[in-house]
Amino acid sequence: MKISRAEVEHVAHLARLHLTEGELSIMTEQLDLILAYVEKLQELDTNGLPPTTHAISVCNAFREDRVLPSLAQDVALSCSSRHNEEMFQVPRII
Amino acid sequence: MEFETVIGLEIHAQLKTASKIFCGCSTEFGAPPNTHTCPVCQGMPGVLPVLNRKVVEFAIRMGLATEATINRSNQFARKNYFYPDLPKGYQTSQYDKPIIEHGQVEIEVDGATRIIGITRMHMEEDAGKLVHDEREPVSYVDLNRTGTPLLEIVSEPDMRSPQEATAYLKKIHAILRYLDICDGNMQEGSFRCDANISLRPVGQKEFGTRTELKNMNSFRNVQAALEYEIRRQRDLLLDGGKVVQQTLLWNPDTGRTEPMRGKEDAHDYRYFPCPDLVPVELDDEWIEAIRATLPELPDARKKRFIAEYGLPLYDAGILTGERELADYFELAVNSGADPKKVSNWIMTELMRELKGEAIGTCRISAQQLAQLLLLIEKGTISGKIAKTVFQIMFETGKDPEIIVREKNLVQVSDVGEIMTVVQQLLEQHPDQARELREGKEKLMGFFVGQLMKQMKGKANPAMANELFRKAIFGDEQQ
Repeated sequence: MKISRAEVEHVAHLARLHLTEGELSIMTEQLDLILAYVEKLQELDTNGLPPTTHAISVCNAFREDRVLPSLAQDVALSCSSRHNEEMFQVPRII
Repeated sequence: MEFETVIGLEIHAQLKTASKIFCGCSTEFGAPPNTHTCPVCQGMPGVLPVLNRKVVEFAIRMGLATEATINRSNQFARKNYFYPDLPKGYQTSQYDKPIIEHGQVEIEVDGATRIIGITRMHMEEDAGKLVHDEREPVSYVDLNRTGTPLLEIVSEPDMRSPQEATAYLKKIHAILRYLDICDGNMQEGSFRCDANISLRPVGQKEFGTRTELKNMNSFRNVQAALEYEIRRQRDLLLDGGKVVQQTLLWNPDTGRTEPMRGKEDAHDYRYFPCPDLVPVELDDEWIEAIRATLPELPDARKKRFIAEYGLPLYDAGILTGERELADYFELAVNSGADPKKVSNWIMTELMRELKGEAIGTCRISAQQLAQLLLLIEKGTISGKIAKTVFQIMFETGKDPEIIVREKNLVQVSDVGEIMTVVQQLLEQHPDQARELREGKEKLMGFFVGQLMKQMKGKANPAMANELFRKAIFGDEQQ
C-alpha cells in the first residue's frame, strides 16, 4: 500500500472533506493506484538534473506597480451566500 | 538556578507599494470594506496572479541593507490552511527558496554591540481582516488587505534579553524606513512582530521548549510581553514544571500572555511550489542597479553624526533612529545652527513636547528651530526666554522672530536699564549685599535670580552678572 486509510482520513480532514466509511475505502484504493502509477517516475535516472517546479521554461513574469480599478463593493460581495452589504459573513471560528 | 533567555523574532513588514502583490488593487489603508478587491485577490478559480516588480525590488533593497545573500533563483509556494481571512485556502508565500537568506544587523544595548543574524526574508501576501460579532457567533470579513505585499523577516535565535529584542526590532524598523519600503506603523499593522522565546539553564547548549508570542503592537508591548513571559517560564521551571510549546497572545490590558484558543491543530501546511507563479531569476545587473540607489543607512549615519558633528554616541543613536528625525537635525544644522545645540534642543525640549509622536507632526520646522538658536547666539534673547518662545512655537508654528517681537521678549542689554535694577536690589537686600561683598559667592545666583524675576527673564544674564560685580566690588577687580 502506498497510502494508509489513516493518511487519507487525515488529508480529508485537512481539506475539510467529510467522507463516509464507504467513500474512505474507495478513496484509499484509488489514491493508492494513482500513487503507484506516479511512482513509475522513480525509475528514471535523474542524477545531475536540477529539480524543476514548472512545466514551462519561463521566469520573471512581472507587472508594474500600478493601481487598476477594483470591483465595486456590491459586485465584490455578490458571489457570497451571506453578507451585510459591506462585509462577508462567516461562522465564527475562534 | 540561573537561566539564559533565548529570543527569535518574526517580523512582518508591509511593503509600501501602490498596488497589491499579485493584482492591481490598491493597498491604501482605511478604505470602505471590500472596495479594493478583484477576482485575483478574492481567490476566484481560473485567475492568474502576476508578481508586482516593486515587491522584488524592495526585498532586494532590504537584503542589500542587511548584508544578506540575495538568492538569484527563488520562487513562490502555497501554504495551505483554512481560515476565513484567506479566501484561496492557501497563502502565496515562499518556502524552501526564499529571496533573501543569511543577513545581519548590529544592535547596541548598554554600550555593548552585538550582531543579530537574519535567517531569511521572503515575499508573501497578507490575509484579510476579520471582525468578530460581539453577540452572534459570526465573523465579518474585509478582503481589502488580502494580497497586500509583506516581507517576512525571520531572525536567528540570537537575542538574549527583551532589551536586545527591542533593539533589534527598532533597528529593522529604522532600516525599513530609511529604505522607504515600509511605513512602519505598528498601530495600523504595517509592521508586526511575533516572538519565539525559551529559557535554558546557563551553560546548557540545547534550547529549552519555546512559546510563540503574538499580538504585540508596539515596541513597549514587545518588551513587556517578553519580560512577562520570561518570569512565567522561569517560575514554571523552578517549580519543576514544564513549558508547553504553544502560541500565546499578549493581553496589554491584563499585562499577561494567554493561550490562543482554537488553533490547537498541529500545523500541516503542505507547502508546494505555486504553479501559477513562474520562478524569479535575478541578475547582477538589476541587483547592482538597486544597490546604487541605497540611501545612507542608520549605522553609517550615526557614525557620521559622531565624526562630523561631534555628537555623543547616545545622542547620535537617538537622532538617527528615525530617518525623519535625522533629516530634521541635519536641516537645522544646515540652516546655520550649532550642531550640539540643535542636538540638545531636540533631545530635551522637542522630544519632551512630542511625547512620543513622530517628528512629522511637529509644528516647528527645522529651519525655525535653527532661527531660535541663532537668536540666542546673537544675544537677542536669553536661553531662558528661548524656552518660552519654543513653547509658543510648538503650539502655534509661528516664526521665533515674530513671537519675540509680538511678546516683546527681546533681551535687555542696555547697561543703564539693568544697572538701575541692580542698584535697587542691592538696596532692598542690604544683608545679602554685605555677605556677597565679604565673599559669599553663592549669593550672586540669588541676585541674578531676583533681577531676572523683576525683568521677566529678559535681562542679558552675562551682563547682569558683570554689573552686580561692578556695583559690589567697584572697578578694582576689572
